[in-house]
Amino acid sequence: MSSSTTISASTSSVDDPYAVAANAPTTFVVAPMSSDAPAQRRRSLSGVRRTDGLAIVGALAAAVSLTTILFTQLAPFSGPLGFVLVTYLLFVGLYALLVSFDESGPAVRDRVVATVVHSLAILLLTALVCVVVFTLLRGLKALVHSNFYTQDLTKAGPLDPLTVGGISHAYVGTLIQITIALLITVPLGITCAVYLNEIPGRFARLVRTVAEAMTALPSIVAGLFIYATFILILGFPKSGLAASLAISVMMLPIIIRAADVVLRLVPGSLKEASLALGTGQWRTVWHVTLPTARSGLATAVILGAARGIGETSPVLITAGYTASMNTNPLSGPMVSLPLAVFEQIKNPQPASIARGFGTAAFLLALVLVLFVVARIIGGRGPGNLTARQRRRRAAASARDAQRMASASTRTPAVPVPNP
Amino acid sequence: MSVTSPPVTVVRGSDEGPRDEQKRRDIRPRYDLPDKLFRGVIRLSGVAVLAIMLAVGIFLAYRASQALKAQGFHFITDSAWEPDSRNFGIAGILTGTFLIAMVAIIVAVPLAMGTALYISEYAPRKTKRSLTSLVDLMAAVPSVVYGLWGFFFLQNHITGMSRWLTTYLGWIPFFKVSGFDKNDPLAGPTAFTSSTLIAGFVVGLMVTPIACSVMREVFSQAPAGEREGAYALGATRWGMIRSVVLPFGKGGIIGGTMLGLGRALGETIAVYLIISPVFAVQPHILENGASSISSTIALKFGAATQFGLSALFAAGLALFLVTLVVNFVAATIVQRSRSGAESDA
Repeated sequence: MSSSTTISASTSSVDDPYAVAANAPTTFVVAPMSSDAPAQRRRSLSGVRRTDGLAIVGALAAAVSLTTILFTQLAPFSGPLGFVLVTYLLFVGLYALLVSFDESGPAVRDRVVATVVHSLAILLLTALVCVVVFTLLRGLKALVHSNFYTQDLTKAGPLDPLTVGGISHAYVGTLIQITIALLITVPLGITCAVYLNEIPGRFARLVRTVAEAMTALPSIVAGLFIYATFILILGFPKSGLAASLAISVMMLPIIIRAADVVLRLVPGSLKEASLALGTGQWRTVWHVTLPTARSGLATAVILGAARGIGETSPVLITAGYTASMNTNPLSGPMVSLPLAVFEQIKNPQPASIARGFGTAAFLLALVLVLFVVARIIGGRGPGNLTARQRRRRAAASARDAQRMASASTRTPAVPVPNP
Repeated sequence: MSVTSPPVTVVRGSDEGPRDEQKRRDIRPRYDLPDKLFRGVIRLSGVAVLAIMLAVGIFLAYRASQALKAQGFHFITDSAWEPDSRNFGIAGILTGTFLIAMVAIIVAVPLAMGTALYISEYAPRKTKRSLTSLVDLMAAVPSVVYGLWGFFFLQNHITGMSRWLTTYLGWIPFFKVSGFDKNDPLAGPTAFTSSTLIAGFVVGLMVTPIACSVMREVFSQAPAGEREGAYALGATRWGMIRSVVLPFGKGGIIGGTMLGLGRALGETIAVYLIISPVFAVQPHILENGASSISSTIALKFGAATQFGLSALFAAGLALFLVTLVVNFVAATIVQRSRSGAESDA
């Protein structure tokens, strides 16, 4: 995360100045210093010309009208998806044709590729917006009722209207399960990441390889593992604790990997400075390495938690399903938000489906909030401070300087004894 | 990292001094008690993590052994799933898993590559960070939400395309739909719902951000010197991308694709919500009915007998091994490409 942002920031400074040079090679001629020369017009340095925009607009208009004729008069095509697809293909072809009127081969290819790349990026973002907006809109019907947040589903069957019943049992369940999972994975995961960085060797490399391979562990296999050991062999019932353990198995490699990357970015000079002052290894880790990487570690944990909250399949196998509130993770089935979505969607009744969408929208909003918090905390690399932190450090250091100055004026000759 | 020992200053003896009095100093790091404890604790955590990860594999294998012993080689060649009458195998569901993953990869790779190129090469510098965040956000959206979207939204819009494909390209074996007559104007869309194609589309959208973030990172590491060289030789932007960024990012493209493939193989809930399960080798991706290992486990584990569970564990083990291999290869390729081995600049 933070590694990629720092890297892209450093390289992006070099590729932009050439944006102009790539599109329009320009030669600058110094104007003669005579007074009767006509006033010089300022040259536009931007690579975009008016014909470029006109070509795009023209190609788009031609593509839309051609497709309309094709769909209504000529060919047996129908459907909005087909319309968009055919329009797009025609647009790219026509745009290439228009550009080829006043550009040579390589420039035409450059333009066409740029169009395709732009449209692919737009398509992906459109899909994201479509998923989010669709879920929120369909969920709105259930989300407007206040009982949706305060009641559980004990009194509300699938046929009951939306004014009865809610998802309080589901979000309480999610909260309990993710708390237990974080209590397990955060200490274990971060300690393991510290191990990978502090005691490098053949064994650490093995652990890192296995942890990285495990990030692709299918989540349902994590659920199966807990089902095989915790429920079948140790004889515990399906419960919130079993679900938390399943989520932990799934989250652990994710957190280890993210924390490992963040810890690797801590500058070695900071650690060496600490060691040079005579500090031991664990004090260096505790007072230098971990605080330096704090924001990155927080991001790693929050992103892991977002994944854990949204995961359905391990919970499906290990938690069981109930319609009532259960705050005891040790006994009885406990529902989490994604599992509640899953179970409600399986009923064909409109009220139940609306409830499912409401729960999904709630879950989505929760993940969005977690994600934004993670970005705000972890947006900067290790050692980069916010403006407020910088001010606080500056004030502290000014205080120190003042204290030292006043101490040295009071006792100028005698050296201050070291405490 | 490697600097863990307390600083040691080695003073060399002067040449006139008696040599034999000098003892060679011990330069091994010495740790005091808290440090020893600390090293013990973190080493223990490493061992614990390794033990958990290995336990996952060992327990799966242990629980699966009963079914594997009973079925032997038929476990790979049979495609029905009736464990209680000793008639089951993963030929059908493994094929289904791979078909869904293939559709997903075909959808995801162009999208991921286009977006990665856009973010690293075309996007204005100010928007790069927020675009990266948006793509990462897409990876954090829960899979059940994608499943809902695919089932209630995408399915209604994509059946028209399925019908068009099978009408005009039905001679390709993958696009055949049995029981569909293209001359029957009343044939409804039900022959095309819950198909491999729809599940693959949704899974493709889910794995795109994963592949995209790997590719973007590798693209943005393309050496500045070679970029400038390409521009200096008069290359257009696409010329520069084709001759510098893409060759440099080859490892990232392959690795990101395989990482996405690993996720696509293991996806459960979105697939479960969309497909209607069939237990046979079903290569027709447009047709109603599909299957995957993970959705079979989610579907069957509730009512399974002792032996049926063992069969599900065997299927889970097969899936686990496949994803492990795919992911391992992906990680190796990405790591090799990150070390900059392919560029001397």
